[in-house]
Amino acid sequence: MTLVAPAQVGSARRFAGQFFRMPTAIAGLGILVVFTLLALTAPLYIHPSDLDVTKATGGQLAPPGPGYPLGTDQPGRSVLLLLIWGTRTSLAIGVIATLLAMVLGSAIGLLAGHYQRWLGRGLMHVTDWFIALPSLPLAISLSAVLGQGARSITIAIAVTSWTATARLVRAQTLAVEARPFIERARALGAGNVQIMTRHVLPNVAPLILVSSTLTVASAILSETTLTFLGLGNPTEVSWGTMINQAYTGSAITRGAWWYLLPPGIAIVIVVLGFTMTGRAVEHILNPRMMAR
Amino acid sequence: MTSPALEARDLEVTFPPRRGRGPARAVDGVNLTVGAGEIVALIGESGCGKSTLARALVGLIRPTAGEVRYQGTTLGYSSKALKQFRRHTQLVLQDPGGALNPKQNVFDAVAEGPRLHGLRSGLPERVHDALARAGLRPPEQFVNRYPHELSGGQQQRVVIAGALALDPSVIVADEPVASLDASVRGEILRLILDLRGSLGLSALVVSHDLGLAWNIADRVAVMYLGRIVEQGTVEEVLLRPKHPYTQALISVLPGTDAESVLLRGEPPDPTAVPGGCRFHPRCQRFAALDASDDRRTLCTGRDLPVLDADRPGVACHLADAPTHEERRESSDIS
Amino acid sequence: MSLLEVHDLNVTYGVDVQAVRGVSFSLDAGQTLGVAGESGSGKSTVALSLLRLLPSSARISGDVLLGGEDVLTMGWGRLRAVRWSEASIVFQGAMSALNPVRTIGEQIREPILLHEKVGIRAARERTAELLDSVGVPARRVGAYPHELSGGQRQRVMIAMALACRPALIIADEPTTALDVIVQAQILSLLADLVRESHISMIMISHDLSVLAETCDRLAVMYAGRIVEIGTSRQMIAEPRHPYTRALSSAFPTIGDPASRLAPSGLPGDPPDPRLVASGCPFEPRCPEAFAECSTHSVELWPAGTGRESACLKVLPGFAKASA
Repeated sequence: MTLVAPAQVGSARRFAGQFFRMPTAIAGLGILVVFTLLALTAPLYIHPSDLDVTKATGGQLAPPGPGYPLGTDQPGRSVLLLLIWGTRTSLAIGVIATLLAMVLGSAIGLLAGHYQRWLGRGLMHVTDWFIALPSLPLAISLSAVLGQGARSITIAIAVTSWTATARLVRAQTLAVEARPFIERARALGAGNVQIMTRHVLPNVAPLILVSSTLTVASAILSETTLTFLGLGNPTEVSWGTMINQAYTGSAITRGAWWYLLPPGIAIVIVVLGFTMTGRAVEHILNPRMMAR
Repeated sequence: MTSPALEARDLEVTFPPRRGRGPARAVDGVNLTVGAGEIVALIGESGCGKSTLARALVGLIRPTAGEVRYQGTTLGYSSKALKQFRRHTQLVLQDPGGALNPKQNVFDAVAEGPRLHGLRSGLPERVHDALARAGLRPPEQFVNRYPHELSGGQQQRVVIAGALALDPSVIVADEPVASLDASVRGEILRLILDLRGSLGLSALVVSHDLGLAWNIADRVAVMYLGRIVEQGTVEEVLLRPKHPYTQALISVLPGTDAESVLLRGEPPDPTAVPGGCRFHPRCQRFAALDASDDRRTLCTGRDLPVLDADRPGVACHLADAPTHEERRESSDIS
Repeated sequence: MSLLEVHDLNVTYGVDVQAVRGVSFSLDAGQTLGVAGESGSGKSTVALSLLRLLPSSARISGDVLLGGEDVLTMGWGRLRAVRWSEASIVFQGAMSALNPVRTIGEQIREPILLHEKVGIRAARERTAELLDSVGVPARRVGAYPHELSGGQRQRVMIAMALACRPALIIADEPTTALDVIVQAQILSLLADLVRESHISMIMISHDLSVLAETCDRLAVMYAGRIVEIGTSRQMIAEPRHPYTRALSSAFPTIGDPASRLAPSGLPGDPPDPRLVASGCPFEPRCPEAFAECSTHSVELWPAGTGRESACLKVLPGFAKASA
């Protein structure tokens, strides 16, 4: 059945209209906006001295109280300020690692899907090889080469998470390439680059967007894992280092729940925010997935 | 004499073997001409190679042997030569919904060809002009729409406008109306006829539908298993078919009074082309031959020559012989 | 009494998409009816609603009496029994309607074992008979759908529909995806089966000439309504509704000089199924419309014996208006 829309509606506006009708979408996006604002504005109200171990003012592992809403850590720093500052590192690593993974994964997936002969096959072999690569030993060896810290963690996450995107983009590229409009473009005189950039990419882009929101969530989790295992730079504040220090500083045995729980809960909430947003975007862009 | 707009000379397209089968001889020696301002219908069942032939003629598939000629010049397959060729020869596909990129609006879909060929000056005029010629009037009403906001007939007009925007001289249309509704079908066919009248456009229309040939074509070529088995003017071929396959195709059309010839067997397999006449395993006239008739060995044993492009022809060992009915009639008279 | 009686059938999808608007017809035992129309005309919706096969978003009203029982109100258990043993459906896409991982024998046998109190041996025998009757060699009973050609798969679909000896077969575009020659084979098979076993059939198609070959009567649908109904011969020879005329001339007769180099079609598109228009819904595209068409509402009026048409011109008062 053909429905002729009465007037052309901008696709961005249509998207927004549908997006903001979903409660989970609003909640997810709300979480992300709050955490992003916190991370961006942190330098305005947190002074470097607040985070300096040597200049700590509070008591050792003091429970929540006046001046320290979430208590303090062993050196006596405010857990609330650490948590807010940690958002910066965790989000930055998650987002940058995801961006790297997306660019790499999309490019390789697109090329592998478009050039189905030797280049495509070769690229997929490389992808398979990376899938088999265990992320943990890789991160450990990377930090041995590049030194501990955010940079090697970001690279380690990016290197191990692009493969899923590459596979996804390749599969979608194959599906799009089989559609008649690709043949039409070819008959009009379009070359490989034009086919890939003008026809395949716009049709694969929604998938990349969905995939990236979900990858950010897992990248943040990976960051926590790797830092918790001691691969991070202990002088940088991140949610991972907080949990790591709470663990090594035996906060748990001393019942200092206020040191361990806040970063843990923050991770869960941010991951949830990304997942909820990603799922909502997926539902709008791919209506067939909606329950009938 | 002006050279024909588009020509296939001894064209062959063979696809490499798959899954333990032999190579598929999709197009197995074809001569075909589309003259300037001529509309030729290429008729056949699915799997006969007609779509492969169409794609070879627009340069999307490189033939295994033989050549494609555009206005007398042999088509080269360097990317520069192909791009030059594609300004002049355009493809219109069966499913207009699928042939339009859902992320492109009508303007971008029609402007795609001119942009690819660097025709950027006066682009809006060019696009509007093409839309108007394809019957989407006024063009302003359509340029900002997306494919899903259009009906099937309108989508096909956008595809045709996209082809017209390059001022081509030949259009190759693969089942241009097969996925459209009955009432829209005639409108699109009329558009192709009108474009021939107003722009002198030549067209090769590929279809399974003989009625389409009757509606718009000057000449018709009937294809079976990679070869053209009969060709000539529409009146010759459709009103006085000589090849048993053409006769069978016409007899099964609804509304014809003639008794239907229901061919035995299934559509043929290009990976296993029978020897001799490739139609003999399903041929009703071969089946009617007496076991003692020595023409049987002709049908099963001797290959038929490829038909010439420039004159009417029938690829059948029995075509010149009177048919069963004709023989009976002549004996009745005598 | 008629085998099937449909009275004032209305189907609405979602909130406001009125796919079927007040369709009524009846079918006697052993009779065949062809329903023609374009995509969106509601013809498939009518077919599916006869067995209540519509998606849950569809709201149906009216009566569908099959052998005197109302299909729209019967309980689920009864409906399941009716679906195979009294009326069955042949879908258009034989590849997707068959289960790819089970042999065709198993799939034909399944409804027999389910609906008839017979043992496996009797069911096997019946399967072989059925395959034979639709022209598929019985030795292919162990074949999987992908091992068959398109025509053979459609034959298997017909065998499945016949499995429980139904009184009515609904064939929804049974030959659309097939080549001309295979299409002719399937149509002649259906016509033979219907004649020999005295089954009623409703065949849905967009191609009027295909229906006219196989069916006694034809109904033409436009924008959710039947606009003309009558015997096939009359409908083809002298259509009384301009839309029927347009449909029948869309597929030309070879040899007819009137259609040589003159394809005929209709400008414009069917109306938006969400809109309720005044006057005749076909008026905007009608080549023969006159002033009253846009205001005067239309319904099926008698237009000869066994013949009804929803065109103002069949009314005595308007017959001259076209001139």
